[in-house]
Amino acid sequence: MKSKKPGYDRYAKYGYIFSIPFVIAFLLFSLYPTVYTAVIGFTDLKGLGKTDIHFLTDDLFRNFKTVLSSPSFQLAFRNTVVIWLANFIPQMLLALLLAAWFTDKRSKVKGQGAFKVLLYMPNIITAATIAILFSGFFGYPMGPINDLLVRFGFIDAPIELLRSKTVARGVVIFIQTWMWYGSTMITLISGILGISPEIFESAEVDGANRVQTFFHITMPNIKTILLFTLVTSLIGGLNMFDIPRLFQDGKPDDATLTTSLFIYKQAFSGSYMYNRAAAASMVMFLIIAVLAAMMFFVMRDKDEVKLNKQIRQQQKAYAKKMKAGKENGSC
Amino acid sequence: MLKNKENRVMKIVIYVVCILLAILSVLPFWIMIVNATRSTTEIQQHAISLIPSSYMMNNIKILLGKSFNPAVGFMNSLIISIGATVLAIYFSSLTAYAQVAYNWKLRNVFFSFIMVVMMIPAQVTMIGFYQMVYKIHMTNRLSMLILPAIASPTMVFFMRQYLQPTLSMEIVQSARIDGAKEFMIFNRIVLPIMKPAIATQAIFSFVASWNNLFTPLVLLTDQKKYTMPIMVSLLKGDIYKTEYGSVYMGLTLTVLPLIVVYLLLSKYIIAGVALGGVKG
Repeated sequence: MKSKKPGYDRYAKYGYIFSIPFVIAFLLFSLYPTVYTAVIGFTDLKGLGKTDIHFLTDDLFRNFKTVLSSPSFQLAFRNTVVIWLANFIPQMLLALLLAAWFTDKRSKVKGQGAFKVLLYMPNIITAATIAILFSGFFGYPMGPINDLLVRFGFIDAPIELLRSKTVARGVVIFIQTWMWYGSTMITLISGILGISPEIFESAEVDGANRVQTFFHITMPNIKTILLFTLVTSLIGGLNMFDIPRLFQDGKPDDATLTTSLFIYKQAFSGSYMYNRAAAASMVMFLIIAVLAAMMFFVMRDKDEVKLNKQIRQQQKAYAKKMKAGKENGSC
Repeated sequence: MLKNKENRVMKIVIYVVCILLAILSVLPFWIMIVNATRSTTEIQQHAISLIPSSYMMNNIKILLGKSFNPAVGFMNSLIISIGATVLAIYFSSLTAYAQVAYNWKLRNVFFSFIMVVMMIPAQVTMIGFYQMVYKIHMTNRLSMLILPAIASPTMVFFMRQYLQPTLSMEIVQSARIDGAKEFMIFNRIVLPIMKPAIATQAIFSFVASWNNLFTPLVLLTDQKKYTMPIMVSLLKGDIYKTEYGSVYMGLTLTVLPLIVVYLLLSKYIIAGVALGGVKG
């Protein structure tokens, strides 16, 4: 496969040439800003319009220490994790249930196409719009939710629902779940459809019921996809910004303050603490980098195992051929 | 017999749940559209209604009389989304082609690198990006939101996955024998082969760019450069505090084009999601 005969790699240089635009854009717009963010984390850069950087002289890690010990950042991090967990679990369960139903040959759900289109729809709509729409729905004194609650007699007079931390956080969690379960469902369905139908058939012949089939056949076979969904969702969740920002902007009482929102507020409002925002960004960057590396190893292993197998088989075949050739020669 | 009955109950449960979820997907948008046609007084009396009223034009008039300018937001978002999508598609395909067609020493290293960086979101490096753009006086330039699309690791990954089994090197070889240059082979032969992948990736790249709030919010301060999501965020401001009908109208104006395009392209979009090409 990797023969290095002279002349064979005449075109190899084009591999480099065609990758140049990507590399240049990456260096300029990704790597440089990343390094620059890290550097700012060690400086005293703050104040609107300031760009000169001076490294901290007393304690180089002061920004990191300030951020990590800041109750506001700790709260934001806790909120982010809680909001992510509380939306990921129901989202995953619902997506798994729907995926099991839609792929079950015994139920043959009709109109699947239409259901998929409708359940996925919220995902394509601008998150900013959805956040403001829901903020309007929970409006006080007269929003649709208050209207419903009063009309059906749950409450006597409209109440300011979003002053409650639980309600505000609950709505953010609901929006996240509502926007993403359709997407997760479709990913899982495609994963389940990728399993060889023979496995399902033999399970049916063996008398396995729906539940047994699901837990013993479907689940183990979509492990990689589940992991992929988990990690991408976690990384997305750690960067949640649009909805908390435009729904209540972190209020009430910082109940919907996420780390991304914390970083944005540190850097682009108040006293423009670019240095602290940069330090907080780097903390998040490290967490995400670890997650990405984990993901990379899990996904890569599978490919590499396959490749190694191929190489071994080829080597075997080659050795056989050589052997046969030698024997022929000796004859 | 028993099994049949059980099956029927199961089926009813499935349809009821699916229909309820479908209603849940549509209802918020329906309430929004209906309220966009109702007057503020009507909404104050009853904020929920399923029947449209007749104040649509009035709401539009109030909406446009203030700082919300959907036409400007629409144009800016269109320029950014089209520009970013074209660049991302073209250069990701080119990078993926370099991965698949050529044997170069650093190929595998480069691919591993792409797989690692594709998970890292732009948000965590925004402070450095903002400082860099500010230093060279390029804030409020749409190009700063378009050019970074040249390096889209996720798209390179999916383009490579598509090209790997699809591209036959024999076609490339015969084009070479006919005297075609490498760059021309990519433009004339490889790009057309990639059309199906380009179509799905283009949709997702466009939507992601269109819906992006964070980067434009940080970089754009000039009202004339605002994108649609930033325009939308103006609706939360004090100037529209009591104009309920107009706020719903503004939201509707930003959602309707998306819903129309989505329903037209839903077949491709669902197929694209199934390939796993959206998250990240």
